[in-house]
Amino acid sequence: MNAPYRPYTLVAELTYRCPLRCPYCSNPLDWARRRNELDTETWVRVLHEAEELGVVQLNLTGGEPLLRNDLETLIGAAKQLELYTNLITSGLPLTRERLQRIRDAGVDNIQVSIQDVTAAASDRIAGVASFEKKLEVCAWVKQLGLPLTLNVVLHRDNLASVAAIIELAERLGADRLELANTQYLGWALVNRSALLPQREQLAAARALAAAARQRLLGCMEVLYVTPDYYADQPKTCMDGWGQRFIVISPEGLMLPCHAAHTIPGLSFQNVRDQPLSAIWSDSSGFNAFRGEGWMREPCRSCERRSVDFGGCRCQAYHLTGDAAATDPICTLAPTHELILAARAAAVNKVAPLRYRSAARVAAPE
Amino acid sequence: MLEPLTPESRPCLAAKVRLRLDRKTGQHMLLYPERGLVLNATATAVVTLCTGERTIAAIIGQLAAQYTQEQTALGKEVLQLLNSLQERGLIRVAA
Repeated sequence: MNAPYRPYTLVAELTYRCPLRCPYCSNPLDWARRRNELDTETWVRVLHEAEELGVVQLNLTGGEPLLRNDLETLIGAAKQLELYTNLITSGLPLTRERLQRIRDAGVDNIQVSIQDVTAAASDRIAGVASFEKKLEVCAWVKQLGLPLTLNVVLHRDNLASVAAIIELAERLGADRLELANTQYLGWALVNRSALLPQREQLAAARALAAAARQRLLGCMEVLYVTPDYYADQPKTCMDGWGQRFIVISPEGLMLPCHAAHTIPGLSFQNVRDQPLSAIWSDSSGFNAFRGEGWMREPCRSCERRSVDFGGCRCQAYHLTGDAAATDPICTLAPTHELILAARAAAVNKVAPLRYRSAARVAAPE
Repeated sequence: MLEPLTPESRPCLAAKVRLRLDRKTGQHMLLYPERGLVLNATATAVVTLCTGERTIAAIIGQLAAQYTQEQTALGKEVLQLLNSLQERGLIRVAA
């Protein structure tokens, strides 16, 4: 089973703890119950085993990875293995001195998120005063000679800011700007009716991003991730289940994506108990949606089945209750009307934001 | 707007880019945030010489000697490769 698949990227979720409370957080709703974090020694072993399996990219994320005081040690270990290390952070809590230590340990890229272009709007989404600090961190990143990715998750309330976001990214000297529309899973699914934009908003933002990409060619990479709710075909989620990505959750579960453990009935192993190579090749959870054997119609006979692999398994489960169903995003899916209904509900509807918190919230209807 | 490279340009890898050997395949790859680009042998030879000190003309000269290849055709190929890498933001002209 192992032979055709090679993991290229390890997403290391070092902790689910975070000073921010964004209502679109991709961490599981019950994150607060998963407190038993891996220790430094285990993470270092994981990095070595991942590199042996073929991993070349390491994303250090969370939660907020800066809350781990062994971050510099892990970056140092990754450097020795020649992994390309991308630190994905809110920028809080951080001092210039610590960022310098992180640089000296060998980090390759720093990705800082902002939530909007003004302190008021950004802090409203983050649920905590953080915008000014984030700008300060972005400036430090550039002063210390590190590449900067600025990341903004887009939704109904900040799509109108895209032009100003691009301007801010230029002013900060970002090497890369990631304009990523919300993926409606986890907390974002709870808040979908408050966050999902309308089609016209997206068209304007996409056009601005495309123009900026052309204008800034070679200086700043501008990425724009379309929301699948307004696509006709599902996204190629994680480049296919268990094909190129390994995600390891803070408590050590090895997963094909960051939400795979929210699908009931799948069995995933802990890296404390087994080597990564054994989990990669033998785990029933990893093998559940590899290949095409699990597919049903309309996927089974669809010519796009080897392009999008039926879309996102987590989305299929959370919207239809069946993880092996065609992703409802697909216009051919029998459940596509769920998406049409969500789009219709996005029109002129004002819903309160439910911030990420330690209390588990019920899944939306 | 991005200036096309000339034989006098001195290219180097962009700050976000690392060149490494892929021990699984023996090929070299350029790594940058969330992406990778596998290089063939010629591209690897070109990129390795992009230190910010050599001009593109010097790079072409060095490769032509190494591969005993005709300079004009090779030069065109190298410039094309470097322009496409520059467009992707993977190489830049050294200051």
